[in-house]
Amino acid sequence: MVDIPEHLLQRSAEARAKALGISVEQAMAEMKGQSDPTIISKEPEVKVIDETPAPAAETPAPAAETPAPAAETPAPAAETPAPETVAPVKEEHAAETTEKVAAVKIEEKAPAAKTPPPAKADAPDEVDFAPDVKVTQRLLTVVKAKPIQKPVKEPIDKVNTWPHLMLPEFVALMAMTAFLIFLSAILQAPLLEEANPNVTPNPAKAPWYFLGLQEMLSYWDPQIAGVMIPTVVGLILWMAFPYIDRNPETHPSKRKFAIMFYTFFLAGAGTLTIIGVLFRGPGWNWVYPWIDGIWFDDLLDWIHFE
Amino acid sequence: MSFRDRLKETRAKASDGFRGGKLMSSIFRPGSPFRKGYVDSPRNRSYVVMNNVLYHLHPVKVKRHGVRLSYTLCLGGLSFFLFIVLTITGIWLMFYFRPTELAYVDIQNLQTTIAFGSLVRNMHRWGAHLMVLVVFLHMSRVFYHGAYKAPREFNWVIGVILLLLTLLLSFTGYLLPWDQLAIWAVTVGGNMAGYVPVVGAQVKFGLFAGLEATTATLLRFYVLHVLFFPFIIVIFMAVHFWRVRKDGGISGPL
Repeated sequence: MVDIPEHLLQRSAEARAKALGISVEQAMAEMKGQSDPTIISKEPEVKVIDETPAPAAETPAPAAETPAPAAETPAPAAETPAPETVAPVKEEHAAETTEKVAAVKIEEKAPAAKTPPPAKADAPDEVDFAPDVKVTQRLLTVVKAKPIQKPVKEPIDKVNTWPHLMLPEFVALMAMTAFLIFLSAILQAPLLEEANPNVTPNPAKAPWYFLGLQEMLSYWDPQIAGVMIPTVVGLILWMAFPYIDRNPETHPSKRKFAIMFYTFFLAGAGTLTIIGVLFRGPGWNWVYPWIDGIWFDDLLDWIHFE
Repeated sequence: MSFRDRLKETRAKASDGFRGGKLMSSIFRPGSPFRKGYVDSPRNRSYVVMNNVLYHLHPVKVKRHGVRLSYTLCLGGLSFFLFIVLTITGIWLMFYFRPTELAYVDIQNLQTTIAFGSLVRNMHRWGAHLMVLVVFLHMSRVFYHGAYKAPREFNWVIGVILLLLTLLLSFTGYLLPWDQLAIWAVTVGGNMAGYVPVVGAQVKFGLFAGLEATTATLLRFYVLHVLFFPFIIVIFMAVHFWRVRKDGGISGPL
């Protein structure tokens, strides 16, 4: 059975309660099959003037049509199960309703399945009301016209940029400014004597972010360490990385190789840079900064040493 | 009504009249907190972002997890902010700097005689080092979050170009103080470029504007530093930020 939305069930229950003169809760319970359906011996709304059973097969009414006059017939009709007393909707009347408002018969599995309509033997299946018969109609439910399938987009939890993003950003900018001004106030940028192409300092060091490269240059041929590794590894491989790593997972546990790869790269580059900055002295020989001092002029004002 | 109350009322009225006046409402578009009648409503929160060219880098709404400081550590934003700080301090330094034989004297004057000269120079230098570091950390953050994956592959490529441009900006600026540290660091770096196969000598010659670092190199690096690379990096930054939004904002939670 199709799941009927709660609000439609509620409306049906109200209509049923009104029609049968029972409480809404009772009607709801009946429709859900939680209690026995109310059986009424006769339908008060339907007044049949002409009792003569109509000739069979005159109007082939759909199966949903109830043998309404069965209510008048004495013995078997009294046991007519509830569903059949619920919605005596005639074709002509149904046709008058708009396409959006349709009278829907609420199906009740339990009694309907157990007891086949006993009236069948005595009362004819199809009944034709005379045109002057008064039949009251009641609205059971309203079926709104809407698509059967609704494409549902997963909702994303979002917040307003102002103020939820912009305030933290502002605080971060202020903190960075404060940090930079503080740093600049206490640390003097290095300024050695004027540039002199004739006097080569020993060692001559590149800016710190190139010192890893300079360190590699001391191991290998400059063609390899100075050109091949920076361009091939540093640029081409690095730019192409998203096109090489086609694993769509983002969680670290599902991309262990990539994480490992990058961490090794970080560790390698960091080690080389630290060695280049702190552990290389005159003639690019190994020195210990705590013994021989720091041979990196950018750090002149950072650590005072003899 | 006491004098004090009247004064208060007059002041409030004047303030309201000014904030609600034609001048202020012509400057600030609807929804601005600087405009009269700003109330904290979803509509006005949207207007704050939509009606301001500077805030327009952001979408009106962002994913909730992206707002957490622990997710991005603000590294991308801070890279951009450091670039702005470096632009401002750099323009200020340009007033006092000549890329000639006088460069060294100019730096000495900056440090000794010009008001705030030393502070601004320090900010420019440490800010530059910090920017290299922050850009690198930003790249690491993006990598560890797998934020370079589809559909953001191309933005990663642009990011690597931005890192390269940051290094080039820092490297060209390194020569400008024209002291022993500067000239020899650049000599070492330029010699590395000389190892490029086939065209190494030409590249080195083009970089140094000669066979070795001279004042011609200084002028060359100066123009590259204050004009050429900033121009290029701004273009790439614009594409980078644009792609961040077009690719669906910040990457998803882990």
